[in-house]
Amino acid sequence: MKSLPKGVDLVLIPLINLLLAFMISGLVVVYIGENPFRAMQIIIHGSLGSAYGLGYTLYYATNFIFTGLAVAVAFHARMFNIGGEGQAMVGALGTALVCLYIEWPHWIIAFPVAILAAALFGATWSAIPAYLQAKRGSHIVITTIMFNFIAYSLMVYLLVHILKPKGQMAPESAKFVAGSNLPTAHEIFGWFGMVFPKSPPLNITFLLAMLACFLIWLFIWRTRMGYAIRAFGWSETAAVYAGISPFRIIMVSMLVSGGLAGLMSINTVMGEAERLLIDSVQGAGFVGIAAALMGRSHPLGVFLAAVLFGVLYQGGAELEFEMPAVSREMIVVIQALVILFTGALENLVRVPIGKLFLKLNTKQN
Amino acid sequence: MDYLTIIQILDSMLRLSAPLIFACLAGLFSERSGIFDIGLEGKMLASAFFSAAMAAATGSVWLGLMAGLTASMILAAIHGVASITFQGNQLISGVAINFLASGMTALIGQNWFRLGGRTPSLSGDSRFLPIDFPFTESIGKIPIVGPIYSDLLSGHTILVYIALITVPVTWWLLFRTRFGLRLRAVGENPEAVDTGGVSVSFLRYRAVLICGLLCGLGGAYLATGMAAGFIRDMTAGKGFIALAALIFAKWRPGYALYACLLFGLLEAIAIRYQNITIEGFGTIPVQFMQALPYILTIVILAGLVGKAIPPKAGGEPYIKER
Repeated sequence: MKSLPKGVDLVLIPLINLLLAFMISGLVVVYIGENPFRAMQIIIHGSLGSAYGLGYTLYYATNFIFTGLAVAVAFHARMFNIGGEGQAMVGALGTALVCLYIEWPHWIIAFPVAILAAALFGATWSAIPAYLQAKRGSHIVITTIMFNFIAYSLMVYLLVHILKPKGQMAPESAKFVAGSNLPTAHEIFGWFGMVFPKSPPLNITFLLAMLACFLIWLFIWRTRMGYAIRAFGWSETAAVYAGISPFRIIMVSMLVSGGLAGLMSINTVMGEAERLLIDSVQGAGFVGIAAALMGRSHPLGVFLAAVLFGVLYQGGAELEFEMPAVSREMIVVIQALVILFTGALENLVRVPIGKLFLKLNTKQN
Repeated sequence: MDYLTIIQILDSMLRLSAPLIFACLAGLFSERSGIFDIGLEGKMLASAFFSAAMAAATGSVWLGLMAGLTASMILAAIHGVASITFQGNQLISGVAINFLASGMTALIGQNWFRLGGRTPSLSGDSRFLPIDFPFTESIGKIPIVGPIYSDLLSGHTILVYIALITVPVTWWLLFRTRFGLRLRAVGENPEAVDTGGVSVSFLRYRAVLICGLLCGLGGAYLATGMAAGFIRDMTAGKGFIALAALIFAKWRPGYALYACLLFGLLEAIAIRYQNITIEGFGTIPVQFMQALPYILTIVILAGLVGKAIPPKAGGEPYIKER
């Protein structure tokens, strides 16, 4: 098929897909016996209507930016990294080790070290599946799924047997040293004499996430390696013919991907919980898949999709409060439908729209 | 560890393996036809919920089973439409189905029963009850052989026996019938099947629906046979263990049975002993036992022990030439 105009491909089709997902979700809300338009209103008001809500929305969005970028980078090399969940979990371990055992004088020194540790641990967890894919041809989807479960067992073991302080019941680590606590939005706004509510966990990691978006754009579209990755993703045979080594591409794209997923833990573990919990990822690894699909694997698209999912997560919490009949799981349903329509059922919208444009073009000529 | 303990562990191995066997064979049908399915988990979950919900509402476990099978097959049909008709990405479709099932069951469950996503607990006719073989009393007294009959083989729900029978039936269907030959061919080389004048889409749809049916049996067993009711996300990764077993078994029905029994045994041991201490060696934590199926699968995939080669056309949508 002839390629569609860029605006249609990048904006119109994702929007129609999103609309379809929302329409079906709306029907589910109607079935439950509530008004979907009021539900939508509550979601938007609860997530964007106040500084408090916005603080939570952007906090969630920060997680999804990292995991979404992680999936997106791998997508460019035509690798489906479904292991963001496990990589983020192991990344959280890296962050926690840095923040638990070193007496940091100031967060500004702890921050870069923790970033390195989180990325390194996350990348390590994606390295084995990447190596097996590159050298042995073991399907990356299967191996990364397995590594998610192995990561979870590892986390439970470490927290129950090793990291848990003596005499404590809950399987979580001790509180991090005070010098590693990241400044929250409340404090950052305070530096400039502005006011921001104290309770939202939004913190400086959000800025790191925005920086990551820019750097990944630079990496994918402005470096030789990024070009090689995209070439490999378009056509493996052509890339090999051009002298690009599949082994290198698979390793680099998956290591970057795992590192990005690991970085998510800076936000949740160092920025919010300030201790290591068993489930520090809370499904964000999977939301990343939806964000990457929705955002067409472009950093800007991922950013916007991540904010959208942030809105849904924060708004969903408010929704459960205002409309008890619609529980939080509504968000999981919406997320599933977005993945279904933008990912698996892409041709449902793309083919008719392509035909429509073909017709319009032939008429003009 | 005495003899009776071993029998008890094997007994619980059989119980825990049954849902794995169903899901593993389900995946076998789908993947042998060239459709990857990582949505086994979601289909089982949907079936578990709807079978328990229907059984709770009507008091009949058989009506419940029908509801569960229907739910699972609807999800399978969605997967089929996405990956066969619309030539979408099968892995992404599987991920979507898992989330759809997880979200929908919790949402509707809360809406129907207001029990935090659970169904009311089932009893009597709204559950599959253990079937006792005849003469267990007298045969059980025979040493060694007796307990195998009365404790290990007898006393499971009908679905466990169906699971065990499904293994040879699957083998027969795949390797001794025309349908099976074509199904395997379509997973290896769909062009050839198409050239032969056999519809690739129709074959794959049938495989995907059989997959839904078997996942449905597995899910219904979880909620109405093994447990007495549905709880949120009760499949707890069983669909993925089944997927691991499928790779472990190299996509073969007989090996699939052994792989599922092995993973069931690991689970049974983990449940019974928690942390295992071996003299002079140290303690094996229960988490290691839980992760072992996945670790073993990685070892197989790495090609360290044997090599697992998936069906050749797996994961690729078939686009008919014009």
